[in-house]
Amino acid sequence: MEIAGPRLIDMFKTMVRIRTFEERVSKEFGAGKLPGIVHLYIGEEAVATGACANLRSDDYITSTHRGHGHLIAKGGKTDRMMAELYGKKTGYCDGKGGSMHIADPDIGILGANGIVGAGIAIAGGAGLSAKMRGTDSVAVCFFGDGASGTCRFHEGVNMASHWKLPVIYVIENNQYAISTRSREVRNIDNLADRSAAYGIPGVTVDGNDVVAVYEAVGEAVARARRGQGPSIVECLTYRWHGHTEGDPQTYKPKDEMEEWLKKDPILIFRKRLAELGVLAEHEADKIQQGMLDELERAVKFAEESPFPAPEETLNNVFA
Amino acid sequence: MRELSFIRAENEAVYEEMERDPSIFVIGENVRTFGTEAIFSRLLQKFGPERVRDTAISEQAILGATIGSAATGMRPIAALGIDDFLGVCGDELLNQLQMRYMFGGKIKLPLTITTNCGAGRGLAAQHSKSLYGWLMAIKGLKIVAPSTAYDAKGLLKSAIREDNPVVFLTHTALGRSTSQIPDEEYTIPLGKADIKREGKDVTVVTLANMVHIALATAAKLQERGISIEIIDPRTVVPLDKQAILDSVRKTGRLVILTEEPITGSFAAEVAAIVAEEAFDFLDAPIKRVCAPDTPVPFSPALEKFWLPDEARLIKAIDDIM
Repeated sequence: MEIAGPRLIDMFKTMVRIRTFEERVSKEFGAGKLPGIVHLYIGEEAVATGACANLRSDDYITSTHRGHGHLIAKGGKTDRMMAELYGKKTGYCDGKGGSMHIADPDIGILGANGIVGAGIAIAGGAGLSAKMRGTDSVAVCFFGDGASGTCRFHEGVNMASHWKLPVIYVIENNQYAISTRSREVRNIDNLADRSAAYGIPGVTVDGNDVVAVYEAVGEAVARARRGQGPSIVECLTYRWHGHTEGDPQTYKPKDEMEEWLKKDPILIFRKRLAELGVLAEHEADKIQQGMLDELERAVKFAEESPFPAPEETLNNVFA
Repeated sequence: MRELSFIRAENEAVYEEMERDPSIFVIGENVRTFGTEAIFSRLLQKFGPERVRDTAISEQAILGATIGSAATGMRPIAALGIDDFLGVCGDELLNQLQMRYMFGGKIKLPLTITTNCGAGRGLAAQHSKSLYGWLMAIKGLKIVAPSTAYDAKGLLKSAIREDNPVVFLTHTALGRSTSQIPDEEYTIPLGKADIKREGKDVTVVTLANMVHIALATAAKLQERGISIEIIDPRTVVPLDKQAILDSVRKTGRLVILTEEPITGSFAAEVAAIVAEEAFDFLDAPIKRVCAPDTPVPFSPALEKFWLPDEARLIKAIDDIM
């Protein structure tokens, strides 16, 4: 597939934006500025980016507890996201949700989610709604290797398959469900092989190759828009930081970590773009510096924003 | 005016709302295949398979899809069988229905869950609960539990029109009970109690099938010169606190009669509210007449013991007169 230069550069920008955001969050979290916990997406940028590069603003995504990457790739703004992590009124959820519940329904972001697998059933509903309303919108459902073992995976994919719902299940297989090696708690190798149980297409790709993700999800999105129903795209990747920030990851073998750190999706893509003559190294540097500046502004915005008033605890339970 | 059964009245409510609003659809197990007395009868023929959807046995997917479609422009009705099965989609109820709050009010979830409840037919421990107390713990969920066909129709229409999650509980003992139903359209607002019988000596707050136990008991007590006032909240959440407090201020005595185990019950919540807010008006301790803290037993001899009845209500009232 021939991908236009501007599209490739956009994807690079998105990956860098995600990485810069997460590294800044890590810094502020380490300095004790953020309440609660965060689950960082560092290392997995190519999956969210490649998948969401196929989507329009009227398409939907459901996300996970490790959702900052999905949110940014779908169009979330770093200042409002940061403000939400700080618990400020100017955050996406008015400070009511935090990292695990950031949402922007106006651009189809149906939320990060703190319960493993919950987005699978919700994405089915978004797909059902899109279909019943006669639109060709699709729902990309992000979840991990851990979620693929839940009841909701079976029930949700079964439902989407028999109603041919426009849902694309993007399995981010980073090989660990918190501290458990997920290959040790299942019998099969490739999670995408489970697609056979539902009679839908399933493919496994290198999740650190943003173009491979873009193309595989792109085919699945096209199928869904044509009314041909759901697909599974399993993306093999790796998370660099712990399950939650601060987790020392003693359960990971050191050589495994080092192997995957060498496969940095951003460096790989940057090198490829330079070789293709699409983005010179100095221009890539400019983009990276630009993202650092953007995050500086985002943190300033978050720090200077007010907290919500205490009484806001009581509002918006019901419409 | 026509005499209609409780279930037929519910069916009319769903039918009328589906005619009026094309974004409403029904999703769940066996919604297409019930007989003529069912809440979802006639719908498939009138509205077609797109809007009346049978599913696999998959409560998590059903309620999850209900939430996802409600968040994106539809107005779904999830048929979730019997309230004992709500545990299967416990996460959707407990955590996912909080979506509006967690998102700072940026979406609404205009969805209705219909489900049956109630013991008394020998269906044993997994098919007999009335989960008023458990459901009250779920924040972001309204709860409707009508006692008459008339109330059921008006409340179900309101529940469907409500822009929030509502669980609508049909007690199975009431399915064939009838009321006079107006020919004209009507709705009953959520959060408004109904005084099923006026009285002056004891306030009896009661729900669903227990309302009828209370009414039968009222006649017997009247012969003994005791006049009970029966308050039917009709909705557990939002609760018409004012109606209950006004009644207790008048009578000075409160008995709460519900078909649920006593601990952690809706009855316990009403007792706490009245003790806090109308203490000075009470002439006697508050009494809860509920089931014991056990699962529902199977044998008719035991189930009869489990269910609150007229004798237990009379005893509670005698204890506080």
